[in-house]
Amino acid sequence: MSLIKQMAQRDRVFDFLMPQTSPVDVRHGPILYMEDVSVSFDGFKAINQLNLTLDDGELRCIIGPNGAGKTTLMDIITGKTRPDSGSVWFGSRHNLLTMNEPDIASLGIGRKFQKPTVFEALTVFENLELARATNKGILPTLVEQMNGEIRTRIEEVLELIGLQDLWQQQAGILSHGQKQWLEIGMLLMQRPRLLLVDEPVAGMTEQEMEKTAELLTGLAGKQSVVVVEHDMGFVRSLARQVTVLHQGSVLAEGTMDQVSNDPKVIEVYLGEEA
Amino acid sequence: MWLTQPLTERSTRIFLGSLLLALLLVTLLHLAVPEGHPLHFSAYTVNLLGKYLSYALLAVAVDLVWGYLGILSLGHGAFFALGGYAMGMYLMRQIGDRGVYGNPDLPDFMVFLNWDSLPWYWLGFDMAWFAFAMVLLAPGLLALVFGFLAFRSRVTGVYLSIITQALTFALMLAFFRNEMGFGGNNGLTDFREILGFDLRTDATRLGLFIASGIALGLGYWLCRAVINSKLGRVCIASRDAEARVRFLGYRVERVQLFVFVLSAMLAGVAGALYVPQVGIINPSEFSPIFSIEIVIWVALGGRATLYGAVIGALLVNYAKSYFTGVMPDAWLFALGALFVLVTVFLPKGIAGLLSWRRKNRTETEEAAA
Repeated sequence: MSLIKQMAQRDRVFDFLMPQTSPVDVRHGPILYMEDVSVSFDGFKAINQLNLTLDDGELRCIIGPNGAGKTTLMDIITGKTRPDSGSVWFGSRHNLLTMNEPDIASLGIGRKFQKPTVFEALTVFENLELARATNKGILPTLVEQMNGEIRTRIEEVLELIGLQDLWQQQAGILSHGQKQWLEIGMLLMQRPRLLLVDEPVAGMTEQEMEKTAELLTGLAGKQSVVVVEHDMGFVRSLARQVTVLHQGSVLAEGTMDQVSNDPKVIEVYLGEEA
Repeated sequence: MWLTQPLTERSTRIFLGSLLLALLLVTLLHLAVPEGHPLHFSAYTVNLLGKYLSYALLAVAVDLVWGYLGILSLGHGAFFALGGYAMGMYLMRQIGDRGVYGNPDLPDFMVFLNWDSLPWYWLGFDMAWFAFAMVLLAPGLLALVFGFLAFRSRVTGVYLSIITQALTFALMLAFFRNEMGFGGNNGLTDFREILGFDLRTDATRLGLFIASGIALGLGYWLCRAVINSKLGRVCIASRDAEARVRFLGYRVERVQLFVFVLSAMLAGVAGALYVPQVGIINPSEFSPIFSIEIVIWVALGGRATLYGAVIGALLVNYAKSYFTGVMPDAWLFALGALFVLVTVFLPKGIAGLLSWRRKNRTETEEAAA
């Protein structure tokens, strides 16, 4: 039906005629633009008329109580969940609602899940090698040789995630925190434009949290980062723009100080802790 | 080059070197040491060793999919037997008019069944090149179709093991039937010559033994090259966290299919080398028990090492020959006991014992230094 409707509209180019592999265009505004997005599961509104924009290179924290819709938000951006209404654009050229998961991933949206999954039987270096953005067909993978360019790229990322001394170690013996960093590193190997990070510091020690904060702030600027986190101290240490979600919509937006002084926010969320 | 990469690796050099040494030694002891001398290797022994070597190649093929890809195939005997049947058909056609019935075109069993012409699928098997190509293609094609259906539907783990078992069982029942045209119950036998060499001479037996050794060496090398490539690391990664590998953008089912087909072809070559050495191929090679036995060799030797599979195959089959000679009834109990003992005390098999010792040694050396 939508195709017929499209074809009836004579003032525009049909979607299927548009080039598929155009680069992400952020010249005219934000890298991520969500407007009026709603999604409901069996009548429960997980996301309710949500509006969110994210600038290129920005580091944004999203906080909110359980059930506020944080994970659903991530699912919508990565194409795992289709919203009932609204629009989601990546740059000004890509309508994410018309794309599937692998296409969105290859567009440069990387997602880190809560629980770290790294390849435990392989070394840290090999984990990063496998994650590198390249032709992943059978034959190219079979004949691919390690060369200076690939090595430099992997070493760059190793340094970023602070695991350069452990590059030869099997990933299975890494600590929980180190596995999280390795997984962030694996995402970085794919040179993402936008990184979605789900509760990166759950289960980390104080020092590990500090290092993670450093890592994430270091990434911002080169790529846009969205961090979903429960831990208030950690979000404060990132000291960036914060979006507070509540019952599927944005409750407040601003710096950590601004939102933590917002009476609405104090009522629904911070009140429990502070 | 990914193909030459294994030669730079110490363990591969040691393996290929010792295999070459063993081949030379056996040849020497067979040819140069006079008969009756205690060190003499009789033609019978050489023949037996050649059979073990073809089993070892089969074990390497199973270890490739089980150890590195995490796919426990309980039906690899089917690929082995298909390769064996392709070779057997070639050998049958080489008999010519020297069969019992003296028919120049039809193998004896077809004359016996009153068939008047060769079935279409026997055509071409009088030519060595065609038959040898079929040794690779028949198992490869079966693995391709079977694997495509299984991996596309993401059938893995114990379910895959069960359907591979069912596959080999179904083939066994099919090959038992006379109408299939593969000699039914009796299979193919009474072979005379291969590539013009008389199969009953000691020299041909020695040649087949050496050919099996070379095939094992090449197969090992090829598997090692695949494992050491980036594709091999993708295999190991998908063995441990399949979904994550998919998420990285690899088509896991294609990787699985590629390695599965490669493994099936190696098993086919092993079967083709096995058949002229034992002089018969019949449906019992399809039996599920044989396929399970292969897995036991690999488990005993140690998974995911390749050389462990070779050690396991040689050791278990030597023990089998010995036990079935000395006390035939005890063999199955011995095999079972061996399997239990190794699983409990040596979970990584004999190869695990070796690398554990090596690790200990380097650790004590490091401590000393």
